[in-house]
Amino acid sequence: MFTTKSFIKKNKIGNFLKNVREHYIRDDIVCGFSSCYSCQNIQNNQNIGCSKDNFSSNHVNRCKLVEGNHYLILDTNVVLNQMDVLEDNLFGNVIILHTVLNEVKHRSLPIFKRLMSIIDNPSRHFYVFTNDHHKDTFIHQEDQELINDYNDRCIRKACTWYHRHLPKEKFVFLTEDNESKRIALEENIMTFSMSEYVHNLSDKHLVEDKLAKVSSSFPFTGKDIYQAHMSLVELLEGIRGGKLYQGTFKASRENFLEGYINVDGFDDPIIVQGREGLNRAVDGDIVAVALFEKEHWTSPTEIILEDEGVVEENIDELVEKEKEIKKAIKKKGDIKPTGKVVGVIRRKWRQYCGILEGGIEGVYQLFVPSNRSIPKIRIETRQAEFLKTQKLIVTIDSWPQNSRYPHGHFVRALGVIGHQDTENEVVLLEHDVPHSQFSEEVLRCLPKLPWVITEEDESRRVDLRHITICSVDPPGCTDIDDALHCRIIDDNKLEVGVHIADVSHFIRPGTAIDLEAASRATTVYLVNKRIDMVPELLSSNLCSLRGGEERFAFSCIWEMDYEANILSTKFHKSIIKSKSAMTYEEAQLIIDDKTKNDDIAFGLRGLNKLAKILKTRRLEKGALVLASPEVKIHMDSETMEPLEVEVKKLFETNSMVEEFMLLANISVAEKILQDFPDCAMLRRHPTPPSTNFDPLVKAGKHLGFDIQIDSGKKLAVSLDQAVSDSNPYLNTMLRILATRCMLQAVYFPSGTLQKSDFFHYGLAVPLYTHFTSPIRRYADIIVHRLLAVSCGADSTYPDLLDKHKSSDLCQNLNYRNRMAQYAGRASVAFNTHLFFKGKIQDEEGYVLFVKKNALQILLPKYGLECTLYLSKKGDESLFVYDEEEQTQKAGNVVFHAFDQVTVRVSLDSKNIQHEKFVLQLVYPYIEGFSVKPLIESEGADKSNMEQQTMDYQDKCNEQVSTMKKNKRKTQSNNEKRKQKKKV
Amino acid sequence: MSRKKELISNIGLRLDGRRAGELRRIRCKLGVFSEPDGSAYIEQGLTKVLAAVYGPHQVRGGRSKAQHDSAIVNCQFSMAVFSTGERKRRPRGDRKSTEMSIHLHQALVAAIKVELYPWTQIDVYVEVLHADGGIYPACVNAATLALIDAGIPLKEYVCACTASLANDDIPMIDISHQEEVMGGPTLTVAALPMSKKVVLLEMSQRFHVDHLPKVLKTALQGCVDIKNILDVTVSNNVKEIGSSTRWGNMT
Ligand SMILES: [Zn+2]
Repeated sequence: MFTTKSFIKKNKIGNFLKNVREHYIRDDIVCGFSSCYSCQNIQNNQNIGCSKDNFSSNHVNRCKLVEGNHYLILDTNVVLNQMDVLEDNLFGNVIILHTVLNEVKHRSLPIFKRLMSIIDNPSRHFYVFTNDHHKDTFIHQEDQELINDYNDRCIRKACTWYHRHLPKEKFVFLTEDNESKRIALEENIMTFSMSEYVHNLSDKHLVEDKLAKVSSSFPFTGKDIYQAHMSLVELLEGIRGGKLYQGTFKASRENFLEGYINVDGFDDPIIVQGREGLNRAVDGDIVAVALFEKEHWTSPTEIILEDEGVVEENIDELVEKEKEIKKAIKKKGDIKPTGKVVGVIRRKWRQYCGILEGGIEGVYQLFVPSNRSIPKIRIETRQAEFLKTQKLIVTIDSWPQNSRYPHGHFVRALGVIGHQDTENEVVLLEHDVPHSQFSEEVLRCLPKLPWVITEEDESRRVDLRHITICSVDPPGCTDIDDALHCRIIDDNKLEVGVHIADVSHFIRPGTAIDLEAASRATTVYLVNKRIDMVPELLSSNLCSLRGGEERFAFSCIWEMDYEANILSTKFHKSIIKSKSAMTYEEAQLIIDDKTKNDDIAFGLRGLNKLAKILKTRRLEKGALVLASPEVKIHMDSETMEPLEVEVKKLFETNSMVEEFMLLANISVAEKILQDFPDCAMLRRHPTPPSTNFDPLVKAGKHLGFDIQIDSGKKLAVSLDQAVSDSNPYLNTMLRILATRCMLQAVYFPSGTLQKSDFFHYGLAVPLYTHFTSPIRRYADIIVHRLLAVSCGADSTYPDLLDKHKSSDLCQNLNYRNRMAQYAGRASVAFNTHLFFKGKIQDEEGYVLFVKKNALQILLPKYGLECTLYLSKKGDESLFVYDEEEQTQKAGNVVFHAFDQVTVRVSLDSKNIQHEKFVLQLVYPYIEGFSVKPLIESEGADKSNMEQQTMDYQDKCNEQVSTMKKNKRKTQSNNEKRKQKKKV
Repeated sequence: MSRKKELISNIGLRLDGRRAGELRRIRCKLGVFSEPDGSAYIEQGLTKVLAAVYGPHQVRGGRSKAQHDSAIVNCQFSMAVFSTGERKRRPRGDRKSTEMSIHLHQALVAAIKVELYPWTQIDVYVEVLHADGGIYPACVNAATLALIDAGIPLKEYVCACTASLANDDIPMIDISHQEEVMGGPTLTVAALPMSKKVVLLEMSQRFHVDHLPKVLKTALQGCVDIKNILDVTVSNNVKEIGSSTRWGNMT
């Protein structure tokens, strides 16, 4: 059964504790070659696994440096630095030593994961050789020998062993370290550096571009532009001694020469400015910062600066901009701790999406990331002309002192710039959304068609097919998770039911489809693309509660009186047949149409009445009504181009459905917490810290409103009272601001927090969870499983009851949800850009913030937030900035926050990477600053303004229809202008 | 996040190089002291335990405790101050020792033929010299050997072993300290391996009912494997002692 091996103890001496661990040396570890007889014998004797082919005879490594086929053994530094090269299919038949695997795991978890996914891919032929437990390749660590030297020695030992073990085969050792290479060569191991090897590959394609530039192979040897970093030892000492502070560097999105460092124990983040301050820190890096003396402290500049540099050597423009920062006057009241980065403790470099800066010749190109917090990156490529048409991914390798920009390398191209598909890909990648096709294994978990309801199913479920149930959703919705019903059961009682798609019936715990859904966590909605959490057969068919079809549901049934008081609640699995799948608008029409008196109409009216009572009651308790402009983009189904952008319309029925979903979620939360006090999956919305409300309170004060933030209830009341007759949009603006003060709501297992922390601030309820959208949210599937156990419809499984597992799961769900939300917004933003391409329009907007050199304008119609610069570069500004009052004044025109303005919107496409909206002021008219309205009409005063925009909209629509006829996107701007004139 | 650590690598080896079903190396010796009636020393991996047995002898400290139909088994568990990485004084009667003593008692009483010695007492002392996971099993196994050394009649060997789940899926045997710390719940089983009777079962945390059968099966297999190893030692010991009196040559 087992063999006792001779073993050698390995001592690991920790800080204070002596830790002794056993280390077993084995004689049953094989070399991995199926042609090796001695190893085959071991495998047969031990009966371990099947002797699958670890190496492929079809794959041949060809390199001019080596005669014929060979096998590669990698050094740790090769794996750590050259992952992008290794991920290329050119590399195969690679031996990964266990020593290397452990070192990689220890040094970088992300790289380790990437390495593991290569190893797990059988077509790549990467074999793990457990050299540290093999009787012939294990060696003792010498006294005083450094762990790195010991590991290097282990690696060389394994190389030599392979060479002797299989004398007929060739083994090549790749390392990045010159010293390692020297010693290895001395020991007669065939050794090359990665770049040597790659440059001599017979069929190198474009792999060369992917080589990491670690040892600064760029030929720029200019003067040092940055101060030197301190060594890690010095940094740690400084931090321990209280002279330096450790924190995460956040780059400003608006000013590329400014950043903040959040340090524990400081109320305000530490400001760093200019080259000296930032000193090569990149957004997300963990850095050490030294504080200046108090008299050198400054305030955030509040100016907006962009990096316009294109040439590596020239830093004049940079110096110019640094002066601009210095010029920006310090605001006395706003002086914050200021310092400079003196070293980096841990880089958080990752891969970035972006494009190449235009107009640069040669192999050295400048990459511009789409994320504005990331600096431009210098790369070397032999395919610049092609890459200039592409969106690409680039990663940073190093940032030497004498280089203005960090050095990096090309990873891969995503597709043509500006293409819907490419941009969707970019959005999905940037937000880490898993979006590959569902694997065969996942699809195999799907039920076989035709799907039929068996007698057994009927015996286990409550039959509700005779009840008039219907669903109400947005138009075009194919993943219908919820349906409702309402009927009279006696004189003073109503029965109300919420029926949710029974997804957990189809997705069983631990199956491939379950793991995939848990990893995806949510369905992601882009403007013209939906990335499903579960395959379409379930999301749009078997689980979707379509009208007229028999479906499985999980029902929550209440008995209520006419005052919407709950008399009883029950949960059970059921079979339903929805009578009708309506849109919000259709449902609204039925409610309003007095001539309709069928069951559906009756049910809807009943629900609507109850919902209104529920809503009033909820708001009385202090639930917040928040606003964020949600826009809908109409797409041309043929060309996939946005036709129109509009703010989503809301009907009474929207709120009707919402109320019952909230009620169901609350009822379910109570039930599962009662039955699973330790591991119920709940959702909480933490109370924001009062400092979060500062912008809201400030804005309120300037407008003469006192916004109370002590409690959700007070906030709700004071928001309700902040109404202005002259500016009807003011209240909405305040609510938009309030939304931004909020924290994210998060999932958590009940066992991890105190009960008082379960509170949902926005909804003002003590308990909440998600039960109503299992097709598109994984949390709901878990909640369904818990509830199913509660009502005896299903059994538990280990992970469901494990508090720690649930906690890990929640972390993933929260992360994915946040990312899905950002991805959705990014997609809307891109399509709004596309919509504005080649258009110039005057639009109504509101001032959101007053800044020192700009106004932040919100265009509610598009949900857009843009900057209106108040002074051109170099010009003296017409405006006077009042910091106390937060106003900008020019002549007799004064801008306050929330003032209404009309602005001309156009898209500046000069730089296709940063296509940006350019705003020009139209109304109020300021001589020498504003522009005349696009359409001259008699007396362009404000009363006409609305009419004007209406007219203009019509014209735009016409324009769009002509565009549609042409179905050509490549129409030049000029042509469109001509059309406009004709109109 | 330490819970996410994989205890078995994808090539099927545990952190110390064992496979899932392999015990740590066991070395043991009978008769290490001359003063007690029986004694034994056992090493299971780096866990090292000494056991000493006195008796059966007259019941000490008041006859009232003595029983007319069986011997009293008195167990005392202790840990040496240097037995863990952190030096710590452990008073004899602390909660953990008391609990261990009771559990030990439960396992030993199931094996000793106590009915043969009414009105007497058997004392079993075990001391952990070094702890590296699986303390209780090592104590039970050492006590068994010491009882044999003392010549006290047993129904059969009583052996103990731990088992746990690696990567939430693969049952593994004989859990080291490192694995105890990084892994999930651990199951400790003491059993009479020949008759397959379980005499003690303990979980460090709750197992889900779906997992329990396979972990229990693994732990029981461990008890059988340990019994086979102890058996070899005992028969070698008999041969050795016997060689001086020529018992060893008799068959
Ligand atoms: Zn071999």
